[in-house]
Amino acid sequence: MLKTTPLNAAHRGMHAKMVDFGGWDMPLHYGSQLDEHHAVRRDAGMFDVSHMLTVDLHGENVRQFLRGLVANNIDKLTVPGKALYTCMLNPAGGIIDDLIIYFLSESWFRLVVNAGTADKDIDWITLQSSQHAPDLTITPRRDLAMIAVQGPNARAKVWAVIPDSKAASEDLKPFQSVAFGNYFIARTGYTGEDGFEITLPADEAAAFWQKLHAAGVAPAGLGSRDTLRLEAGMNLYGQDMDETTNPLESGLAWTVDLKSERDFIGKQALLEKPVNQQLVGLVLLDKGVLRNHQKIITQHEGIAGEGEITSGGFSPTLNQSIALARIPVGIAAGEQVHVVVRDKQLAARVVKYPFVRNGQALI
Amino acid sequence: MSVPAELKYAKSHEWIKLEADGTVTVGITQHAQELLGDMVFVELPKVGRILAQQEDCAVVESVKAASDIYAPLSGEVIAINAEVESSPEKINEDSYSAWLFKLKPANTAEIDGLLDANGYEKLLESDAH
Repeated sequence: MLKTTPLNAAHRGMHAKMVDFGGWDMPLHYGSQLDEHHAVRRDAGMFDVSHMLTVDLHGENVRQFLRGLVANNIDKLTVPGKALYTCMLNPAGGIIDDLIIYFLSESWFRLVVNAGTADKDIDWITLQSSQHAPDLTITPRRDLAMIAVQGPNARAKVWAVIPDSKAASEDLKPFQSVAFGNYFIARTGYTGEDGFEITLPADEAAAFWQKLHAAGVAPAGLGSRDTLRLEAGMNLYGQDMDETTNPLESGLAWTVDLKSERDFIGKQALLEKPVNQQLVGLVLLDKGVLRNHQKIITQHEGIAGEGEITSGGFSPTLNQSIALARIPVGIAAGEQVHVVVRDKQLAARVVKYPFVRNGQALI
Repeated sequence: MSVPAELKYAKSHEWIKLEADGTVTVGITQHAQELLGDMVFVELPKVGRILAQQEDCAVVESVKAASDIYAPLSGEVIAINAEVESSPEKINEDSYSAWLFKLKPANTAEIDGLLDANGYEKLLESDAH
């Protein structure tokens, strides 16, 4: 039996093609994945991301607990409403999950974790809490739904639907959030476009979804969510990283704070283990489409090496194939590698990502 | 689901049109294009290539996945549709006019093994259950 979000009936009413996504019955597209992709880049689209889990942490020592739990430095959060992207590591430095943490008050932090890892995350946080912060209250919020409204016109369309929210949310900078009545509005997303992720009571989600639709926001499925995030150069847990890889070899060194005195789970392992691999962007020079798990053959200063595509696909904005790939360190942007596609070796150029941001091609 | 009565079909979701001159035209069915979604890349066999029946000879790739196309009959490739190579979305627009390649069959007895529209519809029904 697949799990369903509060918007399941709404998706079916909009003739979504539904798929099993890690045990959740989710919309892949509502007709054309390409059209949905372009709607987000050029106007506004909305995604049901209620399968992701909001977890509220309450207690006097939440901040101290999070200092040890996650790889990024929670003390970067000084203003209530501010959000932080981080990895949660195991003692070997492997990535248990990537998540966003919102600082709401000194006794209340909010985590948003991936759907497929939610149970594992709760178990891990509960275990760590029992050892380091027994007074902490961990509350999974399956009573909430989450809708991501993304695109250059996304915020304006949200304000058209809930005009009163404009005053509260128009000054939000990226990675800031605000509570507005029952709605929790964050200027975050997974598309490389402006917009909001709005968390709201599950029983209000369908009505809000329909109002957004009436305001001209295009429903968009997991298919376009994936091509948008790939163009935006954002990692996908389970593909670009997992418990067998660490943030330093996953393009996420910028989210790891190794400078402060603070100790955190996995820090020692990160300091000790040499970094032999890196995550890079690839642009396919030959014709074809790069796909996950295709093998890469590298040549760098006369040394042959191997790598693998972690996320490959077709970029609708660039009209060519792009990928994130894990290859040996040292190979720099501008160099060429070869990707094994069926019986051929196709040439690809290593690039810095993101590939696309705010509707503009960056490569 | 659109399954034109005048065409033949393969279990791997290709349609086959028997032309008056004894050649055949091959494409993918409406059902196949719907499953794959927006097409972004098509790779066709070279004209003159000799194909065995069931040999994988072309690739269509959508935003979602790559899918092999199998030769429904053995024979020689006598023409390819360059238009779908440059505009793969033609397959989504009308998969029965956006043909992929034409074959000169080597063994016309193989034609008897293809499905007719009725048989293909039954296959789709059983796939759906």
